[in-house]
Order: sequence, then structure tokens, then C-alpha cells
Amino acid sequence: MLSNSSMRTPLARVRGLGSAKSGTGHFWLQRVTAVANVILTLIFVGVVIALVGRPYASAVALLSNPCVAILMLLFILSACIHMRLGMQVIIEDYIHAEFPKILAVMGNTFFAIAVGAASVYAVLKLSFGG
Amino acid sequence: MAEVKPAARPLSPHLQIYRWSWTMAMSIAHRVTGTGLYLGTILIAAWLVAAASGPAAFETAQAIAGSFLGRLVLFLYSFSLIHHMVGGLRHFVWDLGHGYDPQTRMNMAKFSIAVSAPLTVLIWIVALVLR
Repeated sequence: MLSNSSMRTPLARVRGLGSAKSGTGHFWLQRVTAVANVILTLIFVGVVIALVGRPYASAVALLSNPCVAILMLLFILSACIHMRLGMQVIIEDYIHAEFPKILAVMGNTFFAIAVGAASVYAVLKLSFGG
Repeated sequence: MAEVKPAARPLSPHLQIYRWSWTMAMSIAHRVTGTGLYLGTILIAAWLVAAASGPAAFETAQAIAGSFLGRLVLFLYSFSLIHHMVGGLRHFVWDLGHGYDPQTRMNMAKFSIAVSAPLTVLIWIVALVLR
């Protein structure tokens, strides 16, 4: 029976587990990647501007430059972690039914990893000689 | 009276009851741009994979990116990126414990659109001039 004196469900009270205790880690990683993204995004925009209208050979030459390639890899990593965390918050805010929510959070992780892996593969292939 | 029924609590008012404010608009804009950037990573990954696949695939990707629709998507994507970044800087200010009073919040919300829109246009001018 629900009592008005507590916001917790009886099952939660019996289990006594409280929250999953991953909130601070989520928050902090979101901020760390946000700081990294400010720097890396500006570099990424610069790289894209430098690539505009370039023919294939010089575009590949720029992307396969070690410094550019490493910065692109860092950008992909940081951006994918950041967007996965952000989308998870959006999902948890708007999807309340347990099963669809778990599916969406899992799909979110799959998406971030798939996009990240494809991008990392492409940058590595280019910088190791196409 | 053995049964204790849950009290009929009042529902909190939702979006439609409030007058739109700058902070509300910039808050939801942060989410919308974030979601746009999220979905747009498919295009960035596709473009990178095309570059890694060889000249023919890369030329196709470049042609799509250079078309009117491609340019439009790129413009919206770059605006989303800059807007989300400037909005994020606002969050850093709050994280450091500043900017919570109403006037500062309103000013920072206006500032985020007043900076991100011209900055996006400036980036495009630079890109088109260098081209």
C-alpha cells in the first residue's frame, strides 16, 4: 500500500539499494567531454573549412597528416561519448515505460559505438595509406 | 477507513501554460541541436567512409555535400554545432556557481543566440572566401 509519507515504493524500501549511483560519473563525463569538445570542435570546423572544394588527393593528404588524424580521432571519441550521454538523458526524460526505455538506451549505445567505429576506421584507413 | 488512498495531488502546469521566455527557448534549442548533431553524425561518418573508400565514392559524397540541399544541411549542422557549443559554455558558467539570477540567465540566453548565429555566418564567409 502506498503511503503518502514516502516517495519510495515498498519494493525499493525492502531492497534498500537506492539509486544506481552512476549519476555523478555520468554528469562528470558529460562535462569532461564537453570541455574537450569545445577545443576539438573548433579544430574540426577548421579541418572541414580547409577541406572545402579540395580534390581527392589533397583532401586525403590533409586527413592522413598524423596531427590532423589524431585530433580527428580524439574528436570522434569525445563527441561519441558526449552524445551517447546526452541522448540517454533525453530518452530517460521522455520514455517512461521500462522496456521501451531499456531498448532505447541500449540502441543509443549501439548507435554511438557504430558511428564512432565507422569514423575511426575511415580515419585510420586514410592515414595508414588509404 | 482502513484503506489509505493516495491523495489526489495537483498536477504541475506544463509547457502550454507558460509564456515563452528566452531561457525556455534556449533550453529546448540545446536539446534540439544536440539531437540534430547526434543524427548528423551518420552523415559525417558516411563522408569519412566515402573518403576512405576511394576517389569515386569521395567525389559522390562531395557532390552531395555541394548540392543545394547538401549545403543547407551543412549550414544547419554548423549552426547546431556552434549553438550547442555556446549553450554549453552557459552550462559551464552555471557549473562554476555563477549566473543564476534572473537577469543574468535572460542575458546569457539572449547572448547564446546573439553569438552563435553571427559566428556561424562568419565561419561560412571564411570557408567560402578561402575556397
